[in-house]
Amino acid sequence: MIRFNNVHMQYQTGQLALKNINMHIEQGAMAFIAGRSGAGKSSLLKLIALIERHNRGQIIINGQNLERVRNSRIPYYRRNIGFVFQDHRLLNDRTIFDNVALPLIIAGHGHTEIRKRVSAALDKVGLLNKANASPMTLSGGEQQRVGIARAVVHRPLLLLADEPTGNLDPALSLDTMKLFEQFNQVGVTVLIASHDMDMIKKMRKRIITLRDGRIPTHFGNTSVNQNEE
Amino acid sequence: MLALRTRTKNKPSALFKAWLLSHAQSFVYSLGQYYRNLLSSILTTAVIGISLALPAGFYLLLENAQQVTAGWGGSIQITAFLKPDINDAAAKELMTRLLDNPNIEAANLISRDQALAEYKELSGFSEVIELLDDNPLPSVIIIFPKIDALTEGKDRQVLDFLYSQPEIEIAQYDQQWVKRLYGIIDIIQRFVIIFSAFIGFGVLLIVGNTIRMAIYQHRDEIEITKLFGATNSFIQRPFLYTGFWYGLSGGIASWVFLSLTLQLLKQPVSRLAELYASEFSLNNLTATETLIMLACGVFLGLFGSWISVQRHLRTIEPG
Repeated sequence: MIRFNNVHMQYQTGQLALKNINMHIEQGAMAFIAGRSGAGKSSLLKLIALIERHNRGQIIINGQNLERVRNSRIPYYRRNIGFVFQDHRLLNDRTIFDNVALPLIIAGHGHTEIRKRVSAALDKVGLLNKANASPMTLSGGEQQRVGIARAVVHRPLLLLADEPTGNLDPALSLDTMKLFEQFNQVGVTVLIASHDMDMIKKMRKRIITLRDGRIPTHFGNTSVNQNEE
Repeated sequence: MLALRTRTKNKPSALFKAWLLSHAQSFVYSLGQYYRNLLSSILTTAVIGISLALPAGFYLLLENAQQVTAGWGGSIQITAFLKPDINDAAAKELMTRLLDNPNIEAANLISRDQALAEYKELSGFSEVIELLDDNPLPSVIIIFPKIDALTEGKDRQVLDFLYSQPEIEIAQYDQQWVKRLYGIIDIIQRFVIIFSAFIGFGVLLIVGNTIRMAIYQHRDEIEITKLFGATNSFIQRPFLYTGFWYGLSGGIASWVFLSLTLQLLKQPVSRLAELYASEFSLNNLTATETLIMLACGVFLGLFGSWISVQRHLRTIEPG
């Protein structure tokens, strides 16, 4: 599903973010990218989302070589990915229903289809009764669940999450992770960047540790497919 | 391939339906945006309205001025004195040639005998003239040029044409001042066109700047929608429609301003017209002219927002 071959990435400022990254994540897997702030976790996710482009090496996502995705095709490429952010990034000028509906509206789905799918997604995260509320009336944990509903409502093949539990207390964090696990169990490939090692270890999933833009061979990264369940 | 999968899933008719739906959504959404920021929207509308009302008001002033002066056009004449040896038959033949010219509305022949009779009557020298054995007066043709032939350059053409006739000795315009007035109107007309171009450019800047601010206000939203796969045309649509609404409402506002101004001027103008024993009354824009003004507003609104969108939307990328 996700394959990196000798990937280098350098920002325009000259700062080298990723060095010689090799990894492979199977379709339907759930994996964590761990490491301190600045280790390159976000950069790695940005490459997959085509927010940034890599300079060297090869990235293949679901059989598609990212170098061959033209800028004009990026929107269509991204429609197969769901994003979850640390700060939720919900739009406060519209209801929770409209927030979750966003990816479906972008993809041009009909009204009844949108109603059905949004309700299902909100039901799944346990917030169907808040559909017409404003995101601002929700707690941090609830807002993150709305963010997750928005990320899965268009049934993406891949779910990317950047520090999704960064603003949550440990109990809520674990709940949120369990939610990701549920979506993973219905076949969505899930990749989560997080620095919260305690919580990651509890999930007993594959962990890819980044350090200074590399995947060091110690830290248990020797085999690219290691830790896979 | 990922991209292929989404494309093949949708039939063309379904894609068209989605496209139409997206337009309808943007149309309504942008109207809602107008309402949600009512005060600033009304201010923008008023600025555009005043901007459009200025050139339209000048245009209206000109139209009305032309209506007043149109009555005077008929009094502009050219007097052509024929050579003394031209007899009445030759003069009549010249008349028919003159009337064939497209720039000449009408012509009146005053034959030598008529001229002499008139002179006798008006001058009081009848006895003296009777002493002459020959009529010293030439035939005269009074020529009424068409009104549209009185513009700069064309009036010269009429004179040149007259001088090219061998029978004509001298030809000259009467009532130079009316001609000068037309000249002045011509200059004002040109000024209105230049002024309108400047105002149009100003409206583009106003709309462009308003849309630019709207784009940066929605920065978060634009980034999120881009991340979830929105194309640039999807994102720019509501902004273009916002420009459309600004242009349309600005056009309507300028019509309201003009009508209000005319209403306020109506009474004093009709009082003045009465003093001149004239039937003149102020005219508002015709239906066609009003539609043209609205269309100009819509065009400027759309074009202004389009420029702004091209410049600013593409610089916002998720990061």
